[in-house]
Amino acid sequence: MASKGNLFAFASGLIFAVGLGISGMTSQDKVIGFLDISGAWDPSLAFVMIGAIAVHFVAGRIVRTRKSPLFDTKFHLPTSQDLDAKLLTGAALFGIGWGLGGFCPGPGIVSAVKGGAAPLVFVITMTLGMILQHFVFAPRTKSAPAQAAR
Amino acid sequence: MHIVNFTPLPALLGGALVGLAATVLLLSHGKVAGISGLYGGLFVPGTTDRPFRSAFVGGLVAGALLLLIALPRAFPTTSPVALPLVAIAGLLVGFGTRLGNGCTSGHGVCGISRLSYRSMAATATFMATGFATVFVTHHVLGGN
Repeated sequence: MASKGNLFAFASGLIFAVGLGISGMTSQDKVIGFLDISGAWDPSLAFVMIGAIAVHFVAGRIVRTRKSPLFDTKFHLPTSQDLDAKLLTGAALFGIGWGLGGFCPGPGIVSAVKGGAAPLVFVITMTLGMILQHFVFAPRTKSAPAQAAR
Repeated sequence: MHIVNFTPLPALLGGALVGLAATVLLLSHGKVAGISGLYGGLFVPGTTDRPFRSAFVGGLVAGALLLLIALPRAFPTTSPVALPLVAIAGLLVGFGTRLGNGCTSGHGVCGISRLSYRSMAATATFMATGFATVFVTHHVLGGN
């Protein structure tokens, strides 16, 4: 993989982290505040999603009119449309963890860079959970490389 | 329900940057900017594109360092959640995002932007269980 391409991946990660920080999503309180819809509700997270989807819906559509990305011969986008048990069970478990801790993977990793017990503990156990999932479901996840892009 | 701490403009601006970041990755590599997938792939055997994934995660770390200098208040100093619960939350998030092939970024931003049914269903599901979890922890059990 050419290092010039990886510079773009690095830039993407950097912009992503700065966006998360500006949006307030590195705050567990703001995430839990969004999920606390019947209490003191903070709708900010919905506006983060709206901002992100608005930009990526339009700009992503323009990019996908290209024959190929800049540093690869083709696009690697998931094509499956099946709503299977794995997808829905995984999403359900993720949502429970998200509501319990107030972190999803991106904000967890960004917060852990500063240190602090909660983000560090979160990222360590999240990583363990990912490894555990791999070894529980290894034969099935291995056969679908498109999933790795997520 | 009453609305508190609502910050719509930073939320929209930060969100737009997240959408831009996802577009950069789509343009350069044609891949979904899903953090659980890109990061998680670094920790399991059989992953082929480690330099690319490492570059993206390195960018996240660099962005965090930039935030530490320019916007330190992006990092709260206290956690509203006790550490044992945070540990359980991490396990569930790690296991769940890998089982369901995505998190808030891969499904919530990239997938919905592509109008993927799978991502819409996944996002509706994790939002629903997230709402339910906070309802239980904050209103049924009364903890905070």
